[in-house]
Amino acid sequence: MADRALTDLTLAEARDGLSAKAFSAVELIEAHLDAMAAARGLNAYVAETPERARAGAEEADRRIAAGEARALEGVPLAIKDLFCTEGVATTAASRILDGFTPPYESTVTRNLWEAGALMLGKTNMDEFAMGSSNTTSHFGPVENPWRRQGDNRPLVPGGSSGGSAAAVAARLCPAATGTDTGGSIRQPASFCGVVGLKPTYGRCSRWGIVAFASSLDQAGPITRTVRDAGLLLTHMAGFDAKDSTSVDRAVPDFEAAVKRPVDGLKVGIPKEYRVDGMDPEIEALWSRGVDYLKDAGMEPVEISLPHTSYALPVYYILAPAEASSNLARYDGVRFGHRAAAADDLLDMYEATRSEGFGAEVRRRVMIGTYVLSAGYYDAYYLKAQKVRTLIARDFSTAFEKVDVILTPTAPGAAFAIGEKEDDPISMYLNDVFTVPASLAGLPGVSVPAGLDGDGLPLGLQLIAKPFDEETMIAAASAIETRAGFDGSPAAQGREGA
Amino acid sequence: MSLDKATVARIAALARIRVPEEDLDGLAEELSNILGWIEQLNAVDTADVPPMSQASEQKLRWRADEVTDGGIPEKVLANAPAAKDGYFTVPKVIE
Repeated sequence: MADRALTDLTLAEARDGLSAKAFSAVELIEAHLDAMAAARGLNAYVAETPERARAGAEEADRRIAAGEARALEGVPLAIKDLFCTEGVATTAASRILDGFTPPYESTVTRNLWEAGALMLGKTNMDEFAMGSSNTTSHFGPVENPWRRQGDNRPLVPGGSSGGSAAAVAARLCPAATGTDTGGSIRQPASFCGVVGLKPTYGRCSRWGIVAFASSLDQAGPITRTVRDAGLLLTHMAGFDAKDSTSVDRAVPDFEAAVKRPVDGLKVGIPKEYRVDGMDPEIEALWSRGVDYLKDAGMEPVEISLPHTSYALPVYYILAPAEASSNLARYDGVRFGHRAAAADDLLDMYEATRSEGFGAEVRRRVMIGTYVLSAGYYDAYYLKAQKVRTLIARDFSTAFEKVDVILTPTAPGAAFAIGEKEDDPISMYLNDVFTVPASLAGLPGVSVPAGLDGDGLPLGLQLIAKPFDEETMIAAASAIETRAGFDGSPAAQGREGA
Repeated sequence: MSLDKATVARIAALARIRVPEEDLDGLAEELSNILGWIEQLNAVDTADVPPMSQASEQKLRWRADEVTDGGIPEKVLANAPAAKDGYFTVPKVIE
């Protein structure tokens, strides 16, 4: 490891190097803090927490020296700014949470700190996780560390976990947490050439994560290798009585799942994902993915998920409806922003919310309010819930025949900042391949599988049965091994900002 | 479904979001486009299909009805934009 920069180490390598005393936790943290300072132009972090990281690293070195190291002792992580962190401002990239410092810690981050991990800072994101480009953030857009060959225009990192994905790709942290409601871990992972895993709904506690759409929100890891995604997930997941939808079942060693054999497994190829006007490069990538899995001994099987095309409209009823309810709490009374000089209480509510929410959040809260309003509830909300049932049934039927499902992660590579901003629906279409699994509550992972003609990374998605992340991780590892993806924007001849 | 300005103003009032008069037309068009796109769901036959409200099939857990937290008024009020004497304060509601 001596010839490699500390910021190039994977999470597992960092853990092993610390354990072998090849370097200290303080050295590892300093290397990352230096990289973060040099790449502030990417806007990947909304807050850096160097004092806390340094103090934690000193304690980690002491524990390692004393033989008291925990599973993730001294490894640095970036945390999406949707996770409440005790004593560290948490904004959801929204003005309306201006000044909010949580007096409590989210369960997922508490699990990570109790395993010995250290926080480098909080990462940028789309406001309230509503977006697919990280351009709706109150703190401004994040730049993808990748650029098209021969084109210097800054590209979006995807969203909503865009800061986390960009930070992992740019070597500003070995791994980061993300959250995924309709694709917010997987799509930015695809755009940034990293691994992004959304576990089964109920696997990670939602307690202390700023709520967007509660029946869909799940936390998960963003990393540079499949093995690291398994490692981080192992320490994020677990039963939590404080989340009524948390599932009480044992957390396997997901890191070990990369070594599971996959030969003889069946991989479903859903014909409905071969959408009209599909980018030929995406289609070619998908075919290569099938070949990789065949080479690993898996058998491709064509499957049908007949209600696929209805997933996006279902999502854009249910997610805004849940958001309009969840975001009712932002009233300027108990925390966050309050508009100045209001005449009365109603005036204060309305002024606070119009100042505090950005355009996309206002739009979705209003759509959600409308579909839940008297006279429209049955036509929109109830209808969407029923079609959601059909989408989930499609998957259940398919999983009677196959072990995992392979699809592209996104319909294309990263686009330029400012593109697709005119029409909300064209932005929503980014999530066409990720939303169905979210609606069904299924685990999904995006693994980098190649570069497009412009030299930009593209990801493939694997979807598995509920709580069978291990098979999904094993198959993702088979793709990763065969794709030989370099995974470094630095290989393009540029690094950071 | 095409929304008119008055409907958008009503939704905004329900959502407690102030929308300036000059923004109503643009918002009506945007929201109408989104709702028009959503209405493709009408093509799906959902007779006898139960609604799905949660992604997992598990039943909600019960617990004893007892106090598990509290006694931390300083923490509860620490983030309040305005607080006084252990209470949140708001603009005057009753004249």
